[in-house]
Amino acid sequence: MAKRSNLLKGMDTFPDLSWPLVLSVFYRNLKVFGKTWKASIMFNFVEPMLYLWAMGFGLGVYVTRINGLSYIEFLAPALIASSAMFSTTYEMTYGSYTRMGFQKTFHGMVATPVSMDDVVMGEILYGTFKGVLYGMVFFLVVALFGLVKSPWALLIPVPLALMVMIFAILSLIWTSIAPNYDSFGYFFTLFVSPMFLFAGVFFPVENLPPGIRFLPWLTPLYHAVEAIRPMVLGRVTWSILADLTWLTAFAALTMRIPLAMVKNRLIQ
Amino acid sequence: MIVQGIDVISVESLVKRFGDFEAVKGIDFSVTRGECFGLLGPNGAGKTSIVKMIYGFSPITSGKLEVFGEDIMLRARSIKSRIGVVPQEDNLDPELSVLDNLLVYAGYFRIEKHTARQRAMEIMDFMDLSEKSAQVVGDLSGGMKRRLTMGRALINRPELLILDEPTTGLDPYARHMVWQRLRRLKEAGTTMLLTTHYLEEASQLCDRLIIIHRGEIMEQGTPVGLIDRHVGKEALILGGDHLLRESLSAGLTELIKASHILGDDLVLFTDHGRVLAERVGERARELGITLDYHRLRPTNLEDVFLKLTGETLDNIQKGF
Repeated sequence: MAKRSNLLKGMDTFPDLSWPLVLSVFYRNLKVFGKTWKASIMFNFVEPMLYLWAMGFGLGVYVTRINGLSYIEFLAPALIASSAMFSTTYEMTYGSYTRMGFQKTFHGMVATPVSMDDVVMGEILYGTFKGVLYGMVFFLVVALFGLVKSPWALLIPVPLALMVMIFAILSLIWTSIAPNYDSFGYFFTLFVSPMFLFAGVFFPVENLPPGIRFLPWLTPLYHAVEAIRPMVLGRVTWSILADLTWLTAFAALTMRIPLAMVKNRLIQ
Repeated sequence: MIVQGIDVISVESLVKRFGDFEAVKGIDFSVTRGECFGLLGPNGAGKTSIVKMIYGFSPITSGKLEVFGEDIMLRARSIKSRIGVVPQEDNLDPELSVLDNLLVYAGYFRIEKHTARQRAMEIMDFMDLSEKSAQVVGDLSGGMKRRLTMGRALINRPELLILDEPTTGLDPYARHMVWQRLRRLKEAGTTMLLTTHYLEEASQLCDRLIIIHRGEIMEQGTPVGLIDRHVGKEALILGGDHLLRESLSAGLTELIKASHILGDDLVLFTDHGRVLAERVGERARELGITLDYHRLRPTNLEDVFLKLTGETLDNIQKGF
């Protein structure tokens, strides 16, 4: 409906935010999550478990050591990040789209003192919360396998939160222009899955052909993996700060976009 | 008017445009405190566009729109804290219980927890939902969902209640339940703005109404006033051959206020139903015409509406 030129209308204005109301939107989603988490845990938790077994214990046997690590030591910390990434992107695409369209939840909220900016910010917070939660649950599994080597690992929620916030933002941008549920297939196939496969989760990005080796650097997953892996393994160096800075800057620079785009989609 | 001075809603030269399409074409009206004001019109007339502007969902294209004497475009948050909105489609939280739906909604108004719970209990009682308090909303019947949607809109004790087609899709029993509650709210002094294409609903509830057609106000007044002005007290419906019917009513013009062809029927509007029916019967005998049927009934808003818009019922009800 909205013309292309109108998609970003209002980007240059300050968002109309009331933080207590943002929290009330977050709380609403949390409350629903409390009723439905048992059904959604399958997607977000069991799947990375399967990867850990199949790749780590299965395929990993045939893999030589990577930078002095066994394959499962290399893989497991990265799956914390990718598991968080998937849980947030599912929630902020299929979940948000349902609340925005089919259930008209957003419409109900903005008939109260809640503004559309509050609604979308509440969604971002919820997507961030969910990603961190699922990431940390998977972290516990990794710890149970005895793969956590350092107390630095307790700082994992920091890169995790920054990364999933970015995924919440990017997913909501897609959601705001999605014509139907099927279109999310493109988002996952073109964007999320390639990242999962090539951003340093399964093999070091140095193994990519030289011409495209810069590509992972452009993705949030790569920077989160680069921060989380040394934290889990106790190989922390200053370079982590660069990754955290990249994630922070990306989140800060893109945050305004979904607020404007969802509003422009719904309000005409 | 109960309170002097400020109208609850004041609309002047209000225009809403979507691209090239003008949905609302410069309308004026005002709603005073304590009254139930109706926006009546077929689907696509612009009712929902008007309502969405009033509760600050949709920005106005031009004109003036004040609620509680304040500009909706500038003071949306504070105005929205004082109104309740019952939308056309239910947008409850289907995963949550009846009680939780009310409590979560109270959070959007920043109503303190204890007060919210108390208020939720009152509302469930008022809407006859107390027994369903713990039930998940997804499992409720359509009528119950509607009552909950309406109850939810009362959580902040609104001074103005906006109802966009509150009973569309409900069975007659559920509809009457809703009307009863609305009447009680009105008695308690709640100002209401109601859109509907059910003319009976408007007659039952509204003190004043405007009839909207293609984004413009066609007519306004009280339900009784409108009926009186346009169609009189009764309608005589004649079946049978077109041309023959014409000759039946010829010469009786002083008795006929207006006429209208509806499908195969000719409808004659009159203040003197019995006399007209007798005369028509006499003429039919004189001319040797057999009428398939003729029937006298009281007029209603629907007649006014049909006469004004020339729309048929099929057109009006299209879309649900």
